[in-house]
Amino acid sequence: MPLLDVDNLRTWFYTRNGVVRAVDGVSFHVEPAETLGIVGESGSGKSVANLSCLGLVPSPPGKIVSGSAMFDGLDLIKAPLPVLRSIRGKRISMIFQDPMTALNPYMTVGKQVMEPLLVHDGMNRADATDRAAQMLESVGLQDAAGPEARMRAYPHQLSGGMRQRVMIAMALVTNPQLLIADEPTTALDVTVQAQILELIKQMQQRLGTAVILITHNLGVIAGTCDRVVVMYAGRFLESAPTRDLFYSPRHPYTRALMDSMPSARMPGEDLYTIPGLPPELTSEIAGCPFAPRCAHANEICRRRPAMLQEVARCHTTACTRVQAGEL
Amino acid sequence: MPDALQNGEILAQEEPARAEKGTSLWKDAFHRLAKNRLAVGGGIFLAFMVALALATPWLAPYAYDAQDLDLGAAPPSATHWAGTDTLGRDLFTRILYGGRISLMVGFAATGVSLLVGVLYGAIAGYVGGRTDSILMRIVDILYALPFTIFVVILMVFFGRNMMLLFLAIGAVQWLTMARIVRGQVLSLKRADFIDAAVVLGYSRRRIILRHIIPNVLGPVIVYTTLTIPNVMLLEAFLSFLGLGVQAPMSSWGVLIKEGADVMEEYPWLLLFPSLALSATLFALNFLGDGLRDALDPRAAKD
Repeated sequence: MPLLDVDNLRTWFYTRNGVVRAVDGVSFHVEPAETLGIVGESGSGKSVANLSCLGLVPSPPGKIVSGSAMFDGLDLIKAPLPVLRSIRGKRISMIFQDPMTALNPYMTVGKQVMEPLLVHDGMNRADATDRAAQMLESVGLQDAAGPEARMRAYPHQLSGGMRQRVMIAMALVTNPQLLIADEPTTALDVTVQAQILELIKQMQQRLGTAVILITHNLGVIAGTCDRVVVMYAGRFLESAPTRDLFYSPRHPYTRALMDSMPSARMPGEDLYTIPGLPPELTSEIAGCPFAPRCAHANEICRRRPAMLQEVARCHTTACTRVQAGEL
Repeated sequence: MPDALQNGEILAQEEPARAEKGTSLWKDAFHRLAKNRLAVGGGIFLAFMVALALATPWLAPYAYDAQDLDLGAAPPSATHWAGTDTLGRDLFTRILYGGRISLMVGFAATGVSLLVGVLYGAIAGYVGGRTDSILMRIVDILYALPFTIFVVILMVFFGRNMMLLFLAIGAVQWLTMARIVRGQVLSLKRADFIDAAVVLGYSRRRIILRHIIPNVLGPVIVYTTLTIPNVMLLEAFLSFLGLGVQAPMSSWGVLIKEGADVMEEYPWLLLFPSLALSATLFALNFLGDGLRDALDPRAAKD
């Protein structure tokens, strides 16, 4: 049984300029202890899809128009706020992109790691202090002056990588079943990125946490995820085990993405870019959202809605031409 | 003996560790504040003024309403340290008694403004939406109410009463505080760490009290140090209208007002009360500045 099962989720924003269909009918599931990667460009709706599951879409203007997100027999979309609060931070945690701003500058990191325990586990201060200290140690927060000093540090005294470690400690201190990592390494130095990804992987193995890793970096996906879904213009275009996706991408968009990676080119060669821009989400898209930029698109692509269909074992794609065996 | 020595050593080692254990914002702030000489000086001076105010009935050399009409306005001398006013009353005594009133008004009204203004502003700003609109429209309405008329109405209904005076002044001062705090909270609300607190499943109450308010303390403290002198002067104004302190009782504001009227003939009547007021305000500002710096962990040099 999947841990989280999202079905036909639509999150729309009702703005002055019209209805923005940020997430338009996506379905995915996460198995216990697995890592699901969601990859997509900025604005493709990958963050909104996950925020919707936690009831964190600002409303108004946001509204979840349809869909369900079953988590352990409970529909998160319909769950009342007190229930959601008892799940957030306890059973589903989240870490953010920018560790420089995601920690309270007025609280020591020790206090910040203790807080989820005090709120969710009803722990007393002494126990929470011990547990927080343990947690900070296991995420590798180092301080030459010893563990006491580590607890007493304020966020501004730590580097970006160290702060992200604190964020991970806060998110995992309550042993959640699911961790949503929203671009956890985007704001970090490349050398630190690898360390943080490694840490997430380690902690996941130790605690048996399932992870949803949201990123626009295919390299990050390759090293960490079991399965990947590719998101574009609020929809899923392709979903496959990581290996299959990298070795045999089916959807033209996924292929174009792979080609856009600088490592796919020879030195001195021009880098590949996908022509055009992602579509405006304010107007309804009749056919495949990628069709206007797709080299292989035909009339049918532009008119007929593209649905995910299995084209190989566990490998689904939304390209009608691939489904028809034409590509 | 060696045993005792060892114990002594262990204690000596443990002591600093325990002293550093204070991890709360306030404890840390206190440590930092103690290193700021100006702020400590200001704090000590204020404590001294408060002590004087409390001990006034025992300290004052004369009764505050004891007149010596034959003496009239006399310059400072050995018997009257700060001189006497036109009715021959000892000015030093009157400054002491006036300080009681002024400090009380200052702190009480500021306390009201802090408590109500900060909470009100934080709730309006954080909850937002319709709640915010309604709360802030109430503030606008109260703002538009002429202060003097408001106080006169209060006095008519409830009679003359010092507590009422505090309340009336406090009731006006919190409005600006609420607006300042709301503005700060509106920008703070978008901060990632507040989102993070929501994601961690904390209640609104917890987020406001533990995450929002500590982060707006800087501007709050600065505004508070501005509020106290404001309040003291307001009290003088009300007393001048006959709504505040009643003669022969006095306050610093009243003394300054009276002194200003006769400053060409008897300058000491203006000089000494003004000195008392300005010295107190200086001390307050130093303490306020020190507190603001001490409360911001990022400002710490370490």
